[in-house]
Amino acid sequence: MKPSFRNLARPVATAALLIVGVAGAAVLPDDRADVFYSDYRGGGMDIKGESVLVRKKFSEQFAVEANYFIDKVSGASVDVLSQASVIKDERKQKSISLDYIHDKTQYNLSYTNSTERDYISNTTHFSLSQDMFGDLTTLTLGFTDSRNKVGENNGTAFAPKIEWKGSSYSRSFVAGVSQVVTRDLIAGVTLEVITDQGLLSNPYRIVRFVDNTPGNAVGYGQAQQTYPNTHTSTAVEGRVKYYLPYRAAASASYRYFDDTWGIRAHTAELGYTQPISNLWLLEGRLRYYTQNHATFYSDLFPFAKSQNFEARDQNLASTTNYTIGLKATYAFLPDGWKIFKRGTVTGDVSRIRFKYSDFRDIRDYGVANGYSPGTEPLYKFDATIYQIYLSMFF
Amino acid sequence: MHKLLRIVVMGLGMLQGACSIQPWVKPYERDRLADPIMSWDRDAISGAYLDHVYESREGSRGATGTSGGGCGCN
Repeated sequence: MKPSFRNLARPVATAALLIVGVAGAAVLPDDRADVFYSDYRGGGMDIKGESVLVRKKFSEQFAVEANYFIDKVSGASVDVLSQASVIKDERKQKSISLDYIHDKTQYNLSYTNSTERDYISNTTHFSLSQDMFGDLTTLTLGFTDSRNKVGENNGTAFAPKIEWKGSSYSRSFVAGVSQVVTRDLIAGVTLEVITDQGLLSNPYRIVRFVDNTPGNAVGYGQAQQTYPNTHTSTAVEGRVKYYLPYRAAASASYRYFDDTWGIRAHTAELGYTQPISNLWLLEGRLRYYTQNHATFYSDLFPFAKSQNFEARDQNLASTTNYTIGLKATYAFLPDGWKIFKRGTVTGDVSRIRFKYSDFRDIRDYGVANGYSPGTEPLYKFDATIYQIYLSMFF
Repeated sequence: MHKLLRIVVMGLGMLQGACSIQPWVKPYERDRLADPIMSWDRDAISGAYLDHVYESREGSRGATGTSGGGCGCN
C-alpha cells in the first residue's frame, strides 16, 4: 500500500464516526514526534530555529506534549544598526502541555518558559473545548497568564552585561466557536482580549527628535522610548474552509484588531491545499496585513520630550506587509516501521515584503548626504523564511 | 424574583431544546471534514512559529485560531 493522505484520512474519519456515533465522546490526536528547523533571513537579521516536539497518549483520555524550541539570532535590525551595534542572542523555549478528555469536553493545561539573556517569560495557559449540538459545534474558552522580566544588555554581544529594567504581566481571554456548516464547509470565529501591565517598551529601540544644535551632523537627537504602562487589545478572527469537489481544500480568514494605543489592523489570508498522487500535499498561502500607527508613535518628534509617551518602534508604525507561502509535504512509511505507523516530511518557504509609511531608514543618510531629518527614504525590506520538518506518528 | 425565576426556567428549557437539535450533517457524512486537508492547523510547531514571526514584527496579536475542528474529532 502506498502512503497517502487519503489513507491517513480514513482512520481519522472512522475514529470521528466512532466518537460521535458510538462512544459519544471526543478523541485525542495521534501520538507524534517532530524535528523542526527554520531559518528567517531579512532586515539584516538571520534567525535560525530548531525544535523538537513529542506528543504521547497515556490513555484514550490523557495525553502529554513536550516541546523545546531554540532561536539563534545574529545580525542587527535597522534600529539597532542605527546605533552601530550587533545582536547575537539565543531564545530557549520549553513547554509542557497536558490534555484531558472527558466525554465531549477537552481540557488543556500548559506551561511555557522562554528565556533570553535579557528577557524571561513564564506563561500558564488553560483552555476547555466543548463539542455540542450533535458535534457540529465546538466552543473553546481559554485563559493565559504571562509574567515577564525585561532587561537590557549594556555590554556587548560577546560580553553581555544585563541590567534588569522591570517586569510586565499579561493576561489573555479567548473564546472561539468552530461550526460545521455543511458536509463540505467549516467556519470559525475567535475573539481574544489581551491586557498587559508594566514595562511594555523594547529597551533597544529609541525615539529621535529634531536637534539643530551646531555641530550635530545628523540633525536629530535620540532618547529612550516612553510607553504607557497599560495596554489592552481586542482581536476577532473569522475563517472558513471548504472541501472542493475534486479533493482539495480552500480557506479564507479575516482578522480585525483594535487596541488602546490607537492601532487598528486588518489581516486577510487565503489558502489552498492540493493532494497529488496520494503521496504529496501541496499548499499555497497568501496573506495581507495592514495597520495604522499608535497614537504616541512618531518617526521624528519636534523636540525632546515633546509628549508624555513617545515611541519609534517599527512595530507601532503605519505598515503593510504581504506574504506568499508554498509548502510541500511528502508521506512515507505507509506500512509503518518499528513503533512508527507512518511519517511525513515537510518543506515550507515564505516570502514577506514589509513596507512602512512613517518609519524612515536612517542608516547611511543624514544632512551630510543631503537628507535632513524626516526626508530619509521610508524603510522597507523583504524576508524569507525556510522551514523543514520531519513528523513521525506512532 | 418570581419573574427572574420564570426567565431562568425558560432559559434552561431553551438550552435543553437547543441541546436536542438534530445534526444536519450526519456523522456518516463527515468523511470530507475529517480529511487531514480540512485541518486548520496540522503542524503545531510551524503554526506557532509563523504566529511568532508575525507577532514580533506587527502591532497586532491574538485570535489566530481556536483548537478543535468542529467535526467531532476535536
